[in-house]
Amino acid sequence: MKMDLIQPFINSLDAVIAETMGCSAEIADVSMDEGNYQRTGVAALVGISGEIEGRVILDMDTAAAHQAAAELTGAVNEQTETAARETVCELTNMVIGNAVTQLNNMGFKFRVHPPEIYALSSGLLGSRDTEAVVLRFETPKGTVHLNIAVRYKQRRSGERFATGVLCP
Amino acid sequence: MEFKPLTCEDKPKVRFLVVDDSVFARKNLCKMVQAFGGEIAAEAGDGVAAIAEYDSTHPDIVLMDITMPKMEGIEAVERIVRDHPDARIVMVSSVGYQDNILSALQKGARHFVQKPVKPEALYEIIRYVLNDKAVETPATAGVTRS
Repeated sequence: MKMDLIQPFINSLDAVIAETMGCSAEIADVSMDEGNYQRTGVAALVGISGEIEGRVILDMDTAAAHQAAAELTGAVNEQTETAARETVCELTNMVIGNAVTQLNNMGFKFRVHPPEIYALSSGLLGSRDTEAVVLRFETPKGTVHLNIAVRYKQRRSGERFATGVLCP
Repeated sequence: MEFKPLTCEDKPKVRFLVVDDSVFARKNLCKMVQAFGGEIAAEAGDGVAAIAEYDSTHPDIVLMDITMPKMEGIEAVERIVRDHPDARIVMVSSVGYQDNILSALQKGARHFVQKPVKPEALYEIIRYVLNDKAVETPATAGVTRS
């Protein structure tokens, strides 16, 4: 997978976590995932369609999601599962929205679908063309995973002969 | 941060319609509106509900998301402005690419702010839209409808 497609998501997650949760997010691990993604906490999925297509999953550990929900809504004593899910959905929306803004401004045309809760503990398969990159971020408030499986639907003419665009 | 209460045409409180499919985002925006001294006239979770709520509550200002189920925000703006040309609508979306912003402004939105929303930036944008007072922040420069 081309790094150009991944970097905007990394930048965006860092910026959104800093702005909304007031802390930094450091990349602790990067891996490739061709199997079912198993969420570790509260996760939301956003689909992307157009010149770039695929999906991105943001997965936040449950304690961090509860804490973020309490801090962001000001409801410190209201640590419900629903609030945690809504918080993760909206954080996902912001991270993906900011990332696709950067990609769109680079010339890629596509649309983003509303976030959905990723409720399954195992789910979508990667494929040869949509092998997922899984980034583990550590924040002072907990762990966040970003699972990115996106690809060019149709390479633009200028990139048709570029090497190393997709892997393998 | 403390905000001087917003005013609009000598009304005691500025009334807002908050439109977003995320309950969390609506809560967050409502919290900001209250900090600005505004009042929530109604909330809606999609474009169709937003049009209905606008027709029944006639708010002073609308905060409108873009990516929503049933009907997206830009289409809702077009329909609201078609029936209510004076509607003051501020787009609040995480997707802030140029095509989206231009399209929203062409359909009649007055301004655009990208999520995550900074309360102080939103406050200045709302003041600008309500009072036509030129306030330009780095986050908003160049996105006002001409």
